[in-house]
Amino acid sequence: MAYITVRDLSLGYDSQVIVSGLNFQVDKGDYLCIVGENGSGKTTLMKTLLHLKQPLGGQIQNGEGLRPNEIGYLPQQTDVQKDFPASVREIVLSGCQNRCGLRPFYSKEEKTLAAKNMERMKINELSGRCYRELSGGQQQRVLLARALCATRKVLLLDEPVAGLDPVVTTQMYELITELNKEGITIIMISHDIAAAVKYVSHILHIGDTLFFGTTAEYLESDAGRMFFALQKGGEYCNG
Amino acid sequence: MDKLVLYLTFPFVRYALIVGILIALCSSLLGVTLVLKRFSFIGDGLSHVAFGAMAIAAVLQLTNEMVIVLPVTVISAVLLLRTGQNAKIKGDAAIAMISVGALAFGYLIMNVFSTSSNLSGDVCSTLFGSTSILTLTPGEVWLCTALSVAVMLIFILFYNKIFAVTFDEDFARATGTKADSYNLMIAVVIAVIIVLAMNLVGSLLISALVIFPALSAMRIFNTFRAVTVCSAILSVICALGGIIISILAGTPVGSTIVAVDVAAFVICYITGIAVKGAGR
Repeated sequence: MAYITVRDLSLGYDSQVIVSGLNFQVDKGDYLCIVGENGSGKTTLMKTLLHLKQPLGGQIQNGEGLRPNEIGYLPQQTDVQKDFPASVREIVLSGCQNRCGLRPFYSKEEKTLAAKNMERMKINELSGRCYRELSGGQQQRVLLARALCATRKVLLLDEPVAGLDPVVTTQMYELITELNKEGITIIMISHDIAAAVKYVSHILHIGDTLFFGTTAEYLESDAGRMFFALQKGGEYCNG
Repeated sequence: MDKLVLYLTFPFVRYALIVGILIALCSSLLGVTLVLKRFSFIGDGLSHVAFGAMAIAAVLQLTNEMVIVLPVTVISAVLLLRTGQNAKIKGDAAIAMISVGALAFGYLIMNVFSTSSNLSGDVCSTLFGSTSILTLTPGEVWLCTALSVAVMLIFILFYNKIFAVTFDEDFARATGTKADSYNLMIAVVIAVIIVLAMNLVGSLLISALVIFPALSAMRIFNTFRAVTVCSAILSVICALGGIIISILAGTPVGSTIVAVDVAAFVICYITGIAVKGAGR
């Protein structure tokens, strides 16, 4: 039994279907990248996996003792967060909220966990700083540390490198790969297919053609070759 | 000074000070959350609803207006926050619609079924709270104290959850925090605060009491806790100062408090710029 098994899933808004017939599974230790064109339903899929949205059809099963609220999440930044007065420590600690239940305050254990995760993301010297004054890369690390407080098993990352410069992007990918090696299962949305194939173990392509398999299989497939060529072409045009 | 000491011997002045401080404290607590969630206007909308409910209560000649005003405002708050999420009419439009609608109907009802000889005086005091703070009965003071203490307790006990839901609702929901229930709780608490604050500053000026301390504190401080504590202290000082000035100078209570709040904001704004400039 896999961590997450998706069977014949349909996604969309109201009753308009964007994607249907989606089948894939995520096992413990996998590093899955979801790719596809804009508007193909990547973020909708992620929100459905997090139970923030109801699927239009099909089912999502959690296995191997993975509870629905044990999935850590790195969302795209919202407007609210850009000028939010909060220290790094406060934000990371808020990742422990799902351990509290109805208990009003954080325990010593949870504070230690938050400190440990800040160290892991190398942001411990920023802990008193204000979130809105940090650079984009630092902010992502803060949100990653928060997500790590919420889970030891699965992380969902929505465009983790969006808006970061090339050096920080590479650092971010290395950090995520590091976490994956430590045993955390990772599901990531990315536009950056060229970088993704370097790091990830599985690829799910959604859009007109659906593909799910290992990275090697993807590079051999029609969907993969076409998408890869398109992106390469795009890069060629831009650069 | 002598004048102030003399005034303090009157129980109604002491009541006004107690109630004023409590209301200022409560309204500033959730102000931070409202401003950050982009709901600053909700205070305004709800206060107009409360005005409409007050008009109905006046026409029905109820001795205790709270019986109608509180439930109506709470229900509107719940509806407004609900629709904020995924309604056909977006949050700000819904608020504008409800608020002017309630205002118009309130005045209309008061006008058509008026029982009082001084209609414009009644309307004016409901809108700007001109004298009601100075005519509180001991019963109202107790009710106000009890509700304020309840609001503060709820805020302290749920502080961390309110932070989580305010900073990132999706994350909180995805990791198993019941964001909907907390949003509902925030809505109810805000409605209670607004009904309380109507006594102090009247229904047109309530938003000022909710948002100014929070905005002022956000100019200077950088952590959620510091902003919350600062806005509470600031709000209490401004309310206290406003009430004392209004007693000594004979100005209307509500607008004096708000004027002090505005002055505090300007000071904080300049201080904020100065501090940042010095830091560079």
